[in-house]
Amino acid sequence: VTARDEIPSVAERARIFAAGAPVVAIHFLESTAAFVLGEEALLLVTKDGAQRRVPVHGGAILSSASDGNRVITGGDDGKVIVTAADVTSAAIAADAKRRWIDHVAVAPNGTIAWSAGKQAFVLTSKGGAEALEVPSTVGGLAFAPKGMRLAVAHYNGATLWFPNAETKPEQLEWKGSHLAIAFSPDGRFLVTAMHEPVLHGWRLADRQDMRMQGYAVRVRSIDWTADGKWLATSGAAHLVLWPFQGKSGPMGKEAQLFASTEDNVETVACHPRQPIIAVGYANGLLLLVRIPDGAEILAKRSAAAPITALLWSPDGTALAFGTEDGEAGILSDLG
Amino acid sequence: MSDKIPVTVLTGYLGAGKTTLLNRILSEPHGRKYAVIVNEFGEIGIDGDLVVGADEEVFEMNNGCICCTVRGDLVRIIDGLMRRKGKFDAIVVETTGLADPAPVAQTFFLDEAVGRRTKLDAVVTVADAKWLAHRLKDAPEAKNQIAFADVILVNKTDLVEAEELAEVEARIRGINPYARVHRTERCAVPLSEVLDRNAFDLDRILDIEPEFLEADHDHAQGHDHDHDAHDHHHDHGSHHHGGLRHYHDEEMQSLSVATDQPLSADKFFPWVQDLIQKEGPNILRCKGILSFKGDPERFVFQGVHMILDGDHQRPWRDDERRESRVIFIGRNLPQEKIREGFVGCAA
Repeated sequence: VTARDEIPSVAERARIFAAGAPVVAIHFLESTAAFVLGEEALLLVTKDGAQRRVPVHGGAILSSASDGNRVITGGDDGKVIVTAADVTSAAIAADAKRRWIDHVAVAPNGTIAWSAGKQAFVLTSKGGAEALEVPSTVGGLAFAPKGMRLAVAHYNGATLWFPNAETKPEQLEWKGSHLAIAFSPDGRFLVTAMHEPVLHGWRLADRQDMRMQGYAVRVRSIDWTADGKWLATSGAAHLVLWPFQGKSGPMGKEAQLFASTEDNVETVACHPRQPIIAVGYANGLLLLVRIPDGAEILAKRSAAAPITALLWSPDGTALAFGTEDGEAGILSDLG
Repeated sequence: MSDKIPVTVLTGYLGAGKTTLLNRILSEPHGRKYAVIVNEFGEIGIDGDLVVGADEEVFEMNNGCICCTVRGDLVRIIDGLMRRKGKFDAIVVETTGLADPAPVAQTFFLDEAVGRRTKLDAVVTVADAKWLAHRLKDAPEAKNQIAFADVILVNKTDLVEAEELAEVEARIRGINPYARVHRTERCAVPLSEVLDRNAFDLDRILDIEPEFLEADHDHAQGHDHDHDAHDHHHDHGSHHHGGLRHYHDEEMQSLSVATDQPLSADKFFPWVQDLIQKEGPNILRCKGILSFKGDPERFVFQGVHMILDGDHQRPWRDDERRESRVIFIGRNLPQEKIREGFVGCAA
């Protein structure tokens, strides 16, 4: 039942804005929501609703990341742009061949990485860049929790690289095209979303492979719960949660499935403290789902456009969402 | 869905004139805006705003099928381009001269995200009138590009004599009698012959007669261009049907089988599934219009290697001959086996 007419609702607490372009990602700079638009600009919305459009790229914005202080974006103009909370933007890199900046990542310590084609780059303290070439176009980038190591997803596996060390990068192999990539919060596991509707994972201590399947469509959104016990994912007509409590992660265990609808989940976002997951669907429905009982709260009724971006504020009192047709919203007072 | 962005794939061996055609598409006053995905980014002058360099990365799908390949770079680029939706009306993908068109085409059927937002319109191959015959002998890629095409421009016709041109066309027909062929100088062809062809659209599978028979109405043998003549030799030779020179390519052939007997769906689907399981790597393209017993609607399908896409199209008209016909273009096809298998699907 997609309508969810009978469940408790917080939908009326939403403030809705017209973003003017598809919303592709959201970041929070303290209490200010930064909506990353598909083209050209960020839309910054403060807690009291003041909006400011910040032009950052001369075309499509292909990737973004944030460390809470700055938003880093990569564009089809070949530039890597850093935007600070005071709304100043600066290019920290421009690709010599004006290749697309497909991916960006930022470590908790502020180290910035990006990729163009087969090359991954890490910004050095001197403002230069260390480069690593992988066998195929980079599918995704993720820093390990301590920020010293960068994981680079590509065709037939992932490469683990210490940009500041002389050691040879390590290869993790698994056949196929690996895209989105993420470390578990404790750094023990590395998970990739593959081109096929399946997740792959490696237990880094012994490189044991993990295959997580059963999806309807490619998994685009993965997020760990605050306690690191669950990996929440999109890609099916319900929220999929893989258990990562034990030594061997989800190996030999079944996924928990919650909040079934007729439409696929597009994006998920875990609450920064509590076991609550915001789940955005392809039909525009937005639900808050509690673990472990699966209790649901309606956050936005279904509409035409998919929920394409979703993020909780760092204090967990606000939830920002964006849609493919350019609607941006903030639900507040969720504490 | 009509709001899917159409994608035209432009292939052709090195130097045939792909860039000339691309620049014509971009510069003619048709009022449409194109996003262009090119392979030799920055090396050849392309006019236009949305020009993206591709890497031609062919990825195998993890489904155990060796011919289920997609272009990973296209998946990524189309995702990026769709962020600028509204800035362009259509996409043109130019491949390198050495590219296999199949992974490009398959990307639109195997990748759900690409297939949801875009649709493959047609594969257009530019061939060099002077050099194609040579390339067909020494470059398997050139043969693939001809076999795969929906539209073929025999370009640079000003550089060859009439006899040579007739010969190169006959060689093209020997491989792919179903593509629309245009003779061009500097790729001068009305763009409506190249764009918006809907060649992969099931609703548009109207006629799968060999193209040259349509143009050659006094051809005595009509429906019999299925290479099953008893005097068939695989010898690079040529024979003449009604004045038209006809080449058989030793490796790449087309096959057309038709029957007036209504088919059994319970026989046909297992048969065609089994055929593409076994012969999929060799079958480049296939199409069919089918009349099933007790079914008032035409069933149509089309396929690329092991991927089949089929659906009911429309009711058979009363004045229409209820003929079932399938065509296959491929490499070393077991022609007799296919022919017997298809006819054996009669209800």
